[in-house]
Amino acid sequence: MQNKRDYYRRGLRDGLPIALGYFVVAFTLGIAAKRAGFSPLQALLVSAVNNASAGEYAAFALIEAGASYWEVAVMTLVANARYLLMSCALSQKLRPDTPLVHRLAIGYDVTDEIFGISIAFPGYLEPWYTFGAMSVAIPGWATGTSLGVVMGSVLPLRAVSALSVGLYGMFLATIIPESRKSRIVAGLVAVSFLVSYLASRLPALAGISAGTKTILLTVVISLAAAVLFPVKEADGDGA
Amino acid sequence: MEHDIWIYILVTGLVSYLIRVTPLALIRREIRNRLVRSFLYYVPYVTLAVMTFPAIMDSTQTPWAGLAALGAGIFAAWRGRSLFQVAVFCCVTVFALELLLL
Repeated sequence: MQNKRDYYRRGLRDGLPIALGYFVVAFTLGIAAKRAGFSPLQALLVSAVNNASAGEYAAFALIEAGASYWEVAVMTLVANARYLLMSCALSQKLRPDTPLVHRLAIGYDVTDEIFGISIAFPGYLEPWYTFGAMSVAIPGWATGTSLGVVMGSVLPLRAVSALSVGLYGMFLATIIPESRKSRIVAGLVAVSFLVSYLASRLPALAGISAGTKTILLTVVISLAAAVLFPVKEADGDGA
Repeated sequence: MEHDIWIYILVTGLVSYLIRVTPLALIRREIRNRLVRSFLYYVPYVTLAVMTFPAIMDSTQTPWAGLAALGAGIFAAWRGRSLFQVAVFCCVTVFALELLLL
């Protein structure tokens, strides 16, 4: 029987490579934060409380455009909607008698990667394992974002241009593996690319902000897919 | 209308936390509704795909470099590379291509 300190250490060990990756990707997120007018301290804080790549990025784009608090809230909701599903899956992975305070703490950092290693934990999830991973991943993400704000303006344009695609690389690393496993997801990704491209070029939609378009397209395409291709019982709890 | 960045931080942080913690704190049994499950399953892939393209082409100095990064990222992720490796591969692709083109 292991105690919680052992679980915590194991979480630290598994969280370290995640934290390193976060640090680099968050750096490119910091460049977007700077464009939206964030100071290094504000960037540190926004990443420490959000722990979300796509959600933060989408929010920064809206904030840069001077969007309302409501628009930003809805965008954050949609861009992070996948975490709702992950948390549902994770709730099945916890011992039923897991204390509420542990549930509240785990909920703070349900990201693609932390979810991935938590769900892969053998048997019931030991909360201290997840806490260990969180305690390196969150600082890695937050300090990376902050450093991106500081360094983004110092770096030559060429380097900023190269680094700014790092975030999209992170998105692709999330969607492509599942596309490889499921032909429906692969088709859906292709359709999303196409529709998104058309939406950005159609004059009729020129008045709608990019963030609002993302919300609309996500809801419409996902709903259509859910109606046309409902997942079987065994699927849909991973993501 | 003037907006305060600190309030934006509060709003996004609150929404991000509530999305994640609500199921963990409240739902102790499985979601059965097939439509809701399917919708939730597809959302991440659609939203990330929509956000990636064509935006990736607008983030680089020349759209071709962004397009190449998209191809490079798909290739690396398809080959099962880690998040970190895929991100770096995209960055290197843009850097190398812009060195050649610009």
